[in-house]
Amino acid sequence: MIKLLSQNKYLILRRITQSGILLLFIGGNYWGWNILKGDLSTANFFDLFHLSDPYMVIQTFAAGYILANDVLLGTLIILLFYTFIGGRSFCSWVCPMNIVTDVAVRIRKLLKLYQDDIKVPINRNFRYWILGLSIVVSAFAGIAAFELISPVSMLHRGLIYGMGFGWAAISVVFFFDIFVMQNGWCGYVCPLGGFYSLINRFSLFKVKHNHETCTACNKCLIVCPEKQVLLPYINKISIKIKGMECSNCGRCVDVCEDNALCFSLNNYKK
Amino acid sequence: MKKKDKVATRRDILKTLLKGGGYLGIGGLTWGAYLNEAKSEPMILRPPAAIDEEEFVKACVKCGTCVEACPYDTLRLGTPGDTKPVGMPYFVPREIACEMCPDIPCVPVCPSGALDINKVQTFDEKKQEKVLDINKAQMGVAIIDNESCIAFWGIQCDICYRACPLIDEAIKLEYTQNERTGKHAFLRPVVDNAVCTGCGLCENACVTEKASIRVLPRTLATGKAGDHYIKGWDKEDEKRMKEKEGEEQQEKVSDKALEYLNGDWEDLIDD
Repeated sequence: MIKLLSQNKYLILRRITQSGILLLFIGGNYWGWNILKGDLSTANFFDLFHLSDPYMVIQTFAAGYILANDVLLGTLIILLFYTFIGGRSFCSWVCPMNIVTDVAVRIRKLLKLYQDDIKVPINRNFRYWILGLSIVVSAFAGIAAFELISPVSMLHRGLIYGMGFGWAAISVVFFFDIFVMQNGWCGYVCPLGGFYSLINRFSLFKVKHNHETCTACNKCLIVCPEKQVLLPYINKISIKIKGMECSNCGRCVDVCEDNALCFSLNNYKK
Repeated sequence: MKKKDKVATRRDILKTLLKGGGYLGIGGLTWGAYLNEAKSEPMILRPPAAIDEEEFVKACVKCGTCVEACPYDTLRLGTPGDTKPVGMPYFVPREIACEMCPDIPCVPVCPSGALDINKVQTFDEKKQEKVLDINKAQMGVAIIDNESCIAFWGIQCDICYRACPLIDEAIKLEYTQNERTGKHAFLRPVVDNAVCTGCGLCENACVTEKASIRVLPRTLATGKAGDHYIKGWDKEDEKRMKEKEGEEQQEKVSDKALEYLNGDWEDLIDD
């Protein structure tokens, strides 16, 4: 039992964080809790200040509207926070879509649908193209482009305020991840994750690989949702993983039985 | 998988660039077309103090704090499938109307500027400060269908008049004789467009199967007289004419068509 817990330490911590934050938002709407009111786009934190999604603010700016100071300050706070703890920590520690796509990966494995890397129709940089395109489209259409179609905000907002037909968009992501591509949404398409990848570099926390104890069992590579950040180093060199798409999910640390992977502080000198 | 050692030629690079551009173009076009369609919903009633619809869809960050603040569950967020822009607040008066709270809880909580508190504030002379005034809200205008409104038939019904929070200001009753019977009166409701806030309590209260008094967004329901028409008896409105006259005189200086004609006539006379 203890072994099972320690083997899934970060997974359990992540699930607690994700559902805890979600619960605070839901409580904010239904039971009048005052901790987090709003949603992942903009939230009121303890009635003290706001927290705002920087990607949303950039799209709105491109659409031709400068948001009020409350939101701009909230964006600054979020930007600083995620620069510090790693941009893509949002993806695996906060974003509710992560639970959906992780379940999809589980089912994919149960159905023995293995990724054949050669046949993947789009590459990992696709999200950055969507990211750029969303800014251009926002400017032309005069409205924040991704915010209107984002399955992530449909899911999160849906859970807080009511889903409507939002479940359709969420199931598209779910089935895409099962039957089309493993980690297809989070690892290839989602421009929000793409945006957070851009500020991931200066994260305080990095996964550290120790090549000496590694036995090349490849378990980490099987579970990693962003294999390209691990692939060049595992069982080759000891290094702190610097890849910008690493979401600090800690799954590789969980599954490693050789103590070859652990979290460590970033060494900014390198 | 190892990449093959192959030097990309200029032709290869150009081809890849144009191919990528093509994909992006098609994607962007579809995306943009969808957005343009999705954001232009004219039949939508926004919370009090909402800025112009075109700006509103840009400014709203879809956080839903106004919905949380609304004590009557009047406001709801657009969800996929209800043909309203997703995530933005609106209300349907026939289901739940705006109750016109004097403290307007939905407006001050807006962090984005989509709900502009200045639009529901007046200057209080006594307190020497701005105070909230929900009666300044302009969410829409109530329009009466005089075919289905039973008060226009001669049946006594003044429920919209009584439901109106601005009774005798936004909705008045007009008394006329019912000539069909000769001894009864028509009590017809009349809406004053300048006063009506569009709260929809009248639409909510209306007894006909489908409401005969309905709130429409102001842009749909109101016209514009234009600058040609001035109320000569209204000093305020006359100012508008004077401003316009100033503008027109400036325009006439460059009225070249007329000069040209006059010049021609002078030439003819000389001959």
